[in-house]
Amino acid sequence: MSGHEHSHGASSSPTPDAGSSTARLLFTLAFFGALGGGILAYTYQKTLPPIRKFAAEKVEVAVKEVLGGPAKLDTLYLVAGKLSRTPPAGVDLLDAEKVFMGLNANGERIGVAVEDAAPGFANDVRLMVGFNPTTGALTGFKVLAQSETPGLGDKIERDTVFQNRFIGKLANPLKGDKNPTTDPSTVQTITGATITSKAVIKVINKAVGTWKPRFEAYEKEGGK
Amino acid sequence: MTAVEVETIEQAPEPIVPGAPPPQPLWIDFWRGIADDNPVLIQMLGLCPTMAISNQVKNGLGMGAATLFVLVFSSLFISLLRKIIPTEVRLATYILIIATFVTIADLVMQAYSPLLSRTLGPFVPLIVVNCIILGRAEAFAGKVKPSRALMDALGQGLGFTLALTFMCIVREVLGSGTFLGVSVFGPHYEPWVFMIMPPGGFLTMGLMFLAMGWWGERKKAQLNAQLVGVAR
Repeated sequence: MSGHEHSHGASSSPTPDAGSSTARLLFTLAFFGALGGGILAYTYQKTLPPIRKFAAEKVEVAVKEVLGGPAKLDTLYLVAGKLSRTPPAGVDLLDAEKVFMGLNANGERIGVAVEDAAPGFANDVRLMVGFNPTTGALTGFKVLAQSETPGLGDKIERDTVFQNRFIGKLANPLKGDKNPTTDPSTVQTITGATITSKAVIKVINKAVGTWKPRFEAYEKEGGK
Repeated sequence: MTAVEVETIEQAPEPIVPGAPPPQPLWIDFWRGIADDNPVLIQMLGLCPTMAISNQVKNGLGMGAATLFVLVFSSLFISLLRKIIPTEVRLATYILIIATFVTIADLVMQAYSPLLSRTLGPFVPLIVVNCIILGRAEAFAGKVKPSRALMDALGQGLGFTLALTFMCIVREVLGSGTFLGVSVFGPHYEPWVFMIMPPGGFLTMGLMFLAMGWWGERKKAQLNAQLVGVAR
């Protein structure tokens, strides 16, 4: 390595003597990039199973909460546009599109839960939505992910008064209003968080609108 | 290689690197980060995570541990590789090394401490751009031998953790009435919610800087008084 440093600013033409060669610079960066990438690929593989396990547990907790504590849970997967008890081949169970069915102690269905998302004020609002597939009445929702304004929009995650307003409402489709209401398919929005409240309503309408027909088709074909 | 040879190699004087810190005993390299050159209180680096996550002691300890891990390993590697990395691309290479360790810390946290990882949120990936780490790499680790870089990183990392945790204790105890989630003042204490919100953070940080400045001034005055005493 040359010990001399001739730096005359940017105007001087690069000579082999004026520092390291371009090839060496490129090699150094490529080498450290590849090394870092390799180490990260290994770490990612090692940490993936526990991360996924936690994600699955989180979903299960949310499902139980929106269905009001079912005695038993069943899962139906979406295969070629239809619901089926057998999961689609070649897809990770966690990534597969699915609906959770909550059963009571006698094995009767008390509701179904699906995950869905829609854009809120800042980013996607991701919810677990629970509803009765026969009547379309909501059994509850839980926020899985959101990045709404702290103190205003993020109330959808903690404000139980707002959350409880949804229970029993009909999503045919659901509407929002800033005033208190007794209408069966209208809920009162949060003051200062109208857009976020409407996003919650949008997610619920989307989830029920997509999954209720699928469920009806499944039952018509004799599925349980 | 015999033991004698190893010794002579180790004792060979370090080539002089421009801008290298003057030689110091290892314990001074360590102690500097904790007190005299504390990253938060004196250098005023890494204030963004300090302000953002210091409302719970648990967060402070987690963030401190993650930063300490990244700082120690990136400083050590940068020091070991300092003769291989060309000057022209040193910053890009440092960032690559730092980003690798930050991502390891982030993934491990997500896998084994998911709740903590969720509360710390984006602040773990943001350790990459924490000025403490690139600052130590550029000002210290890239210019000294690994033993010094290691002691410096340990000192700076612990200094950051201590300052951060102290702030967390003040804010959690007053703002939530708890310490690590355990109630301190009993059920009749009305928490100062303001302390766990941003204004409480700014107030606590300002008071910490004030105390540190007062302490520094006092030390200087004592030193001056001593010098005057000697002169007489």
